[in-house]
Amino acid sequence: MIQLRNFSIGYGLRILLDRVNTSFCRGELTALIGRNGTGKSTLLRAMAGLNGKYEGEILLDGKVLADMLPSESSRMLAFVTTERVRIPNLRCEDVVAIGRAPYTNWIGRMQPEDREMVKNALRSAGMEGYARRTMDTMSDGECQRVMIARALAQDTPLILLDEPTSFLDLPNRYELVSLLRSLAHEQGKCILFSTHELDVALRMCDSIALVDNGVLHHLPVSEMLASGHIQRLFRTPDMSIDKLCASFRADISGRDLA
Amino acid sequence: MHSRTSILFAVLTVLTAFLFVLDLSVGAVPVPLHDVWNALTGGNCPAGTAKIIINIRLVKALVALLSGAALSVSGLQMQTLFRNPLAGPYVLGISSGASLGVALFILGAPLFGLSDTFASLGIAGAAWLGAASVFVGIAAVGHRIKDIMVILILGMMFSSGIGAVVQILQYISREELLKAFVIWTMGSLGDVTLSHLCILVPAIAVGLLLAVLTIKPLNLLLFGEEYAITMGLDIRRSRALLFLSTTLLAGTVTAFCGPIGFIGLAMPHVTRMLFDNSDHRILLPGTMLTGAAILLLCDLVSKLFVLPINAITALVGIPVVVWVVLRNKSVTA
Repeated sequence: MIQLRNFSIGYGLRILLDRVNTSFCRGELTALIGRNGTGKSTLLRAMAGLNGKYEGEILLDGKVLADMLPSESSRMLAFVTTERVRIPNLRCEDVVAIGRAPYTNWIGRMQPEDREMVKNALRSAGMEGYARRTMDTMSDGECQRVMIARALAQDTPLILLDEPTSFLDLPNRYELVSLLRSLAHEQGKCILFSTHELDVALRMCDSIALVDNGVLHHLPVSEMLASGHIQRLFRTPDMSIDKLCASFRADISGRDLA
Repeated sequence: MHSRTSILFAVLTVLTAFLFVLDLSVGAVPVPLHDVWNALTGGNCPAGTAKIIINIRLVKALVALLSGAALSVSGLQMQTLFRNPLAGPYVLGISSGASLGVALFILGAPLFGLSDTFASLGIAGAAWLGAASVFVGIAAVGHRIKDIMVILILGMMFSSGIGAVVQILQYISREELLKAFVIWTMGSLGDVTLSHLCILVPAIAVGLLLAVLTIKPLNLLLFGEEYAITMGLDIRRSRALLFLSTTLLAGTVTAFCGPIGFIGLAMPHVTRMLFDNSDHRILLPGTMLTGAAILLLCDLVSKLFVLPINAITALVGIPVVVWVVLRNKSVTA
């Protein structure tokens, strides 16, 4: 679906990713993880076509992203940024309807099939009941779901999300990622999202892309755990990672006793 | 279309038409409404009255109608483009840029001795240039700096700086030119002559047509530029359209009517509240109507009490702006 070929990106002299070669497939949910400042957002923005300052190529179904017009790429990929968008006086169904922009005419006229798409997108995101509500009266989790419904209405095989779970409490994080998971598995979408929630990523995703000092390790979850990369990168004296239940465990028991 | 929206459009259209006719009837010599009607339709009415209505008041009312629509549409475009509820051609300094252009022209042009048509074309051109350069400046800075407060403060600084330059120009100018300029700065819909109208009408018409083309881009820009691009917006083309449209709208009005404040800032908010919507397919025609209606109303008041128009627009607009600031403490446009 989306392929990185000899992809390098950085700020000034600092190289964040160096000659990465990998690809992300349809029907798969991938978590992009890495410590702060390692270039997760930079990578996602480049993949969304918002940052063209990189070397190598990004291919969307074999076509070079940099050569595509926004009108073409917007039918291939949708992006959900970290920005919390709250537009007063705009109902959720209208927010989601804007996602149909790549398919509507010069003034944005909605056809019956566009309206159907908007309805389906709201239903898939579990936000049917909110169609007539405005976002300024909704919680962060609900707004995030509306923005995802908007990405679904865009009807793209690829969806990129930058830290969709930040600002959310634990139950909401799980619900959101399981929503992404069912979208990937049931609708065959290729979904890549960056996150700091290791446990959520390891439990719910199909594969993990780990940014590690310029290298991008991209492996299925079980192989990623077996490789020891995560343990090496995220281990601190007080934390360890339990391979069996794939979760963090704080090593505070016994420390005071010793 | 929702029924509330249709009803509002109908009410606003009737209200604007009514204010337009009322604006024709009110003035130094009150003309009864049926005489206004007869003068317009070529019916039976005193020849002198027909002349007043057609040659003087019709021009003025047309200018009010078009300027009101132009300023408020320009304000709507700025508010969405900069994602700032307090943006508008006046606040961002675009009107001031136009003023500087006009100041340079009024105070400098008589040196070259131009004819009336050339002079009015020159005033318009100078205003467009001035408006365009401030817009380019603000947009260039705004592109690099994401903080909307910075853009607002820069707009205010631009305005003040230009104001200072204009004052220096006034200080060193000849007395009769100075008087012409000072009267211009008070804003007036009445100084527009038929020869001005030949430039004002097409310029605003083109500006409004371009604005119609920006409806879909503006809807996408509600989400910010990054979202807009990933939803297929050609950002360069959209910025260019918005730039041309606002320069024509705000520049033209400023050139012929002087700097008229607060209409562009306040009316988009009134429209959003009235229609309870942020969709520009509704907001754009909506602000055209509310802007036209309010400027006609301001013109009526200014005629009744013989006051400068921009004093009235400020008094009408400021409460709206205060309301927006108080209500928008947490929400940005």
